[in-house]
Amino acid sequence: MSNPNAALEVMDWRLKSAGDLTALQKQILETRDPNRPEIVVCHGSGCMANGSPKVTDAIKAALAKAGIQAGVIPGIKTTGCQGFCSRGPLVLIRPQGLFYQQVQPDDGEEIVERTIVKGEPIKRLLYKLPETGETVFTEQEIPFYKLQERIVLHNIGKIDPSEITDTIAAGGYQALAKALSTMTPEQVVAEVEQSGLRGRGGAGFPTGRKWRSALNAVAKKGRPVYVVVNGDEGDPGAFMDRTIMEGDPHAVLEGLIIGAYALGAEQGFLYVRAEYPLAIKHLEIAMFQARELGLLGENILNSGFSFDVRINRGAGAFVCGESTALFTSIEGKPGNPRPKYVRSVEEGLWGRPTVLNNVETWANIPQIISKGAGWYSGLGVPHSTGTKVFSLVGKVNNVGLVEVPMGVPVSKIVEEIGGGVPGGSPFKAVQTGGPSGGCIPYELRNTAVDFDSLTQAGSMMGSGAMIVMDERDCVVDVGRYFLRFLEEESCGKCLPCRLGLTRMREILDNFSRGLGTENDIEDLISLAQAVQDGSLCALGSSAPNPVLTTIRYFKTEYIAHVRDQKCPAGVCKDLITYVIDPELCTGCRSCARQCPNNCITGEKKTVHVIDPNQCIRCGICMETCKVGAIKVN
Amino acid sequence: MIEFNINDRKVRAGQGWTILETARHYGLDIPALCYHESVAPSGACRLCMVELREGSWSRLVASCIYPVQQGINVYTETERVQNIRRWIFEMLLAACPASQEIKELAARYGVVSTRFPIHDPDQTCMVCGLCSRVCEEVVGLSAISTVDRGVHKKVSSPFLRPTDICVACGCCVSVCPTGAMQAIFDSVRGEPVMQLTQLTA
Repeated sequence: MSNPNAALEVMDWRLKSAGDLTALQKQILETRDPNRPEIVVCHGSGCMANGSPKVTDAIKAALAKAGIQAGVIPGIKTTGCQGFCSRGPLVLIRPQGLFYQQVQPDDGEEIVERTIVKGEPIKRLLYKLPETGETVFTEQEIPFYKLQERIVLHNIGKIDPSEITDTIAAGGYQALAKALSTMTPEQVVAEVEQSGLRGRGGAGFPTGRKWRSALNAVAKKGRPVYVVVNGDEGDPGAFMDRTIMEGDPHAVLEGLIIGAYALGAEQGFLYVRAEYPLAIKHLEIAMFQARELGLLGENILNSGFSFDVRINRGAGAFVCGESTALFTSIEGKPGNPRPKYVRSVEEGLWGRPTVLNNVETWANIPQIISKGAGWYSGLGVPHSTGTKVFSLVGKVNNVGLVEVPMGVPVSKIVEEIGGGVPGGSPFKAVQTGGPSGGCIPYELRNTAVDFDSLTQAGSMMGSGAMIVMDERDCVVDVGRYFLRFLEEESCGKCLPCRLGLTRMREILDNFSRGLGTENDIEDLISLAQAVQDGSLCALGSSAPNPVLTTIRYFKTEYIAHVRDQKCPAGVCKDLITYVIDPELCTGCRSCARQCPNNCITGEKKTVHVIDPNQCIRCGICMETCKVGAIKVN
Repeated sequence: MIEFNINDRKVRAGQGWTILETARHYGLDIPALCYHESVAPSGACRLCMVELREGSWSRLVASCIYPVQQGINVYTETERVQNIRRWIFEMLLAACPASQEIKELAARYGVVSTRFPIHDPDQTCMVCGLCSRVCEEVVGLSAISTVDRGVHKKVSSPFLRPTDICVACGCCVSVCPTGAMQAIFDSVRGEPVMQLTQLTA
């Protein structure tokens, strides 16, 4: 890949017009038989970690052995994240959409012999509805998918991200061709304005307004102007952007090229966190293949417009997802945020007008252009148009990637699509917006998931991580977790954040040990206000949000910690003891053997007892006990 | 000339002035620790925060870096401003307990004690960055910088080793607001290559 243009000297694949692109799409579709069976294996990061490459190898080996006729042998396609992560590794048989879940390499032969050769579904690999046990055959019928509206994710799980022909067959780059051949840059900006698209990275700033301000800045200051993709997705539990970059990199590229055309940018940057090597690899492949076809680089589609992009890797700093720190990082300096009294659209990268948008925001652009602002603004709700991708994680049955129109209630996402909390109890709270966000308690489960409703409830949309909590999650512990995370990630430049987050975390540490007073809670709120008001950037100013919202909705839990020295959720180690229920204990000695501190006494066949003074609350005994006799007090 | 208001009093400033510069020009009191006339302001210590108000709208900004604008209303003693100052001073008293300058400035604003635990009783450096900025902007050597991230941030020379990029000009020591630079300077500069006594031999 040292000189991607070397290929052009030998054979020129470059498309030279919108017509060329359409002709290529037609050509690709003509060579593909839509009825030919295709075995699709999910190669998103989650399923890969769960062993899906071995499943793919096993299926390939089984196909080779099966001796199927060359004309009818099914294809194997590896795709990005299918979304239903808790059921992985996932294998789909298309076109019928037969949905196999939790597939192991040993299942490869059976899938080939029974499903491919004989056309029989394998019942034990099919999804079953939790309430009735009824078997569901296809992905279209599974409630997890049926209740979603997969717009941004529409290609992911269907295309091979390392084959641009798949993207083109699916209509990729048609929006770019339309923009370059039939729209002026001003018309592109107007379309984005009218769509109502708001930034998907967390703050929800109207994208069209950002582009418009950039156009004005360029009119005043001239070029260069830069366009940048924020691929530094750092919120714990968030993997929306990772999935989009891995699974449909061309959506991001196409959106970026359209934006560059609108703003007159010749150079763009993809800032991707170093912890996403698969996303980087797929973006590099996509860039190479797009350049080959003349969709990126010099004279795109012979339009006279030239634009190219490079990837800048992060290096392990959450703060580099903050726009000004991201810029200093690209500039080769440490990622320290700069004060934002002059907006980045006027002075961004190297002091030049710069438009930075999130991965998901850019990925929305092609469909807004091809289907129009009217179509897009018809999705969602008036001030939050379109859809949002969420990573639904935590104490929820259906962990995975969910896309819904803006405005659906929290309960629909968590209970209907997510299948509720394992065990069936109502959820305690849902954390949205990551370390910058807040909790939505169960009483507010009908809150609409849109920018303004979530902000009014004290939380925020954030990047899309949705962490479900149940009664076994302690809000004080959750507050400590997010503060510890931000303490680690603070750039350290300003005092309210560098000193304040640690001081806040120390107060919460005390609460978790049953130390402190109700007055400390008031001090904590006052200090949190100072951190919110005084911090230089949004990392610091939003850091108190999880603590403040949990105090707002769960104050009694905080008071239980400081006044009664109790942790109602049974989490804070200093406030809980483990007890063996004498009614259930069978005296088997298993727990006593596993205990790392020798705290458990009791003869064989007699009730065992845990010494609370020796117990370090590691929980190993509880995991070991086969009759569930060990409980948290 | 730009006209605006500080605490409901009309003031005038030149183009490109900051709120803090204007306030100092008029002898109005706004505390600041990471500010020095010789270097560009960085807005790091946040003690200089002030509140802008327009009807029901308000915004807190760092006055050392906020450029003045026609007609803005700046307030320096609001509840939110005082809250920020109080907590920053309390945290500084705990973080830099050995600095006399911080104790005196905090006392001027009514903060004489701290509820926070003291982890390092000898610490004086508040990592304001003035030393680093003067070495880069005025001296032009960048012999020192703020290194590492977050709570580990500190002032040091490259690779945390003594360096003779530092020419011992003393600018960093003279801009340091807390008296911390003297000790840091010794570790930056290290042992001199030649002792003075040798030269006079």
